[in-house]
Amino acid sequence: MLVALKAVAEAAVAVINRTIIVGLIGFNIITSAMAAILPEERADVMYHSYDGGGITIDGPSVLVRKSVNSDVSVSAQYYVDQISSASIDVMATASPYSEERTEYTFSADYLVNKTLISGGYTNSTENDYDANTYFFGISQDFFGSLSTLDLSFSYGEDDVGNVTDSSFSETAEHRGFQFSWTQVVTRSLLMNFNYHIITDKGFLNNPYRTVRYYDPGVSKGYSYQLEQYPETRSSQAIAVKSRYFLSYRAAIGVEYRYYTDTWEIDAHNLEFNYTHPWRDNWTFEVKYRFYTQNAANFYSDLFAFENAQRYLARDKELSEFESTDIGFAISYEFQPHWFNWAEKGSINLAWDFINFDYSNFRDVTQSGYTVGSEPTYSFDADVIRLYFSLWF
Amino acid sequence: MPSLRFFALIRLLGLSVTLGLIAGCSSIEPWVKPYERANLADPIMSFSRDPINATYMHHVYQAREGARGAEGSGGGGCGCN
Repeated sequence: MLVALKAVAEAAVAVINRTIIVGLIGFNIITSAMAAILPEERADVMYHSYDGGGITIDGPSVLVRKSVNSDVSVSAQYYVDQISSASIDVMATASPYSEERTEYTFSADYLVNKTLISGGYTNSTENDYDANTYFFGISQDFFGSLSTLDLSFSYGEDDVGNVTDSSFSETAEHRGFQFSWTQVVTRSLLMNFNYHIITDKGFLNNPYRTVRYYDPGVSKGYSYQLEQYPETRSSQAIAVKSRYFLSYRAAIGVEYRYYTDTWEIDAHNLEFNYTHPWRDNWTFEVKYRFYTQNAANFYSDLFAFENAQRYLARDKELSEFESTDIGFAISYEFQPHWFNWAEKGSINLAWDFINFDYSNFRDVTQSGYTVGSEPTYSFDADVIRLYFSLWF
Repeated sequence: MPSLRFFALIRLLGLSVTLGLIAGCSSIEPWVKPYERANLADPIMSFSRDPINATYMHHVYQAREGARGAEGSGGGGCGCN
């Protein structure tokens, strides 16, 4: 029983692990839309914090980019997630826990005429998960730099462990291909079209997480068994973004993405944002983002009986839900006289308030309800970033 | 399945447009001249001004949502890798 509790307690960690890998794929193939220049030389130091649904994740992040010469730029990033979890999944079946994830990324960009060639490597490590991702991208300008085409590919391989079973060893592979087209439409309008395919193969579920099923043989009326995902997944996402420059020097942005995958999750998200500089040093930004998805075809909050079907999931990330995000950001730019080698500096604070509202994920920590009629779950999260940047 | 047909069409369209544009790029005159791009070059026009912040928010969304991908393209010389 103790082993089982510990196992469930670690469940959310593996969920974070798995999603990080997906995240890395997306992160690594981001390329500059203005390809005929090397990335800016700058250094950023950030403290990040996520607090919501009983989970606190915070830690530092450092990103440095430097040009070696006029053709080559290199970058390195260090990132840490320190996790303390008493989420609804953990509170329903186990005890709170703490965990840490460390990530390193190294990349290089090589400029040849109007072509930028990029490559890099990311490693993410936890006590029960190790992920390595490699990426390569090429970016080309056309039509007097009015258009930029980005093509990129990533490959990741993961080793999945289990803290309660030293003999447990699984692997997973991830491949991503991204096509991006950025277009100067008018002297004030910029648009981007993005198409992204990701495929996964291997052990894709969580070695700890469970699903619940009706069990009239126990007093509370339900029991848990380990979840089981398919061993393959393929997803496609298409996104359109635009930014428009307003005549009094401000910018408005609109973004939309449609997502679909072989687990029959369809998702849409729409964002509006507005950036407003004030005087010489200040920049304010507000945004609204709405996200909605339906459930995976093997998701259920409550299965009819044990081993009810071949694939089983009760991750709320695979359920039907909506989320709304309202964000604010403020930046102050200054001349860092104490660093005579620096061109400028900025200090920035960004704060997002996100609400998650689930349609078919029930809160089993609520008492006094019959099995399967518990209230649906919802929670709010605060996401804060405080960072300091220097350009040189 | 409509979505599969939709994405097959998108792929075909994307390939056609890309090849067409590459083949004919030398014959198209830029309609926004370099000296007319002051607005576009303003840092507030970047799709993600601060890569360290943009990357982190993509990570937060991916950790809590079923969807993933197509967040890329920094734009405006943001230097997102």
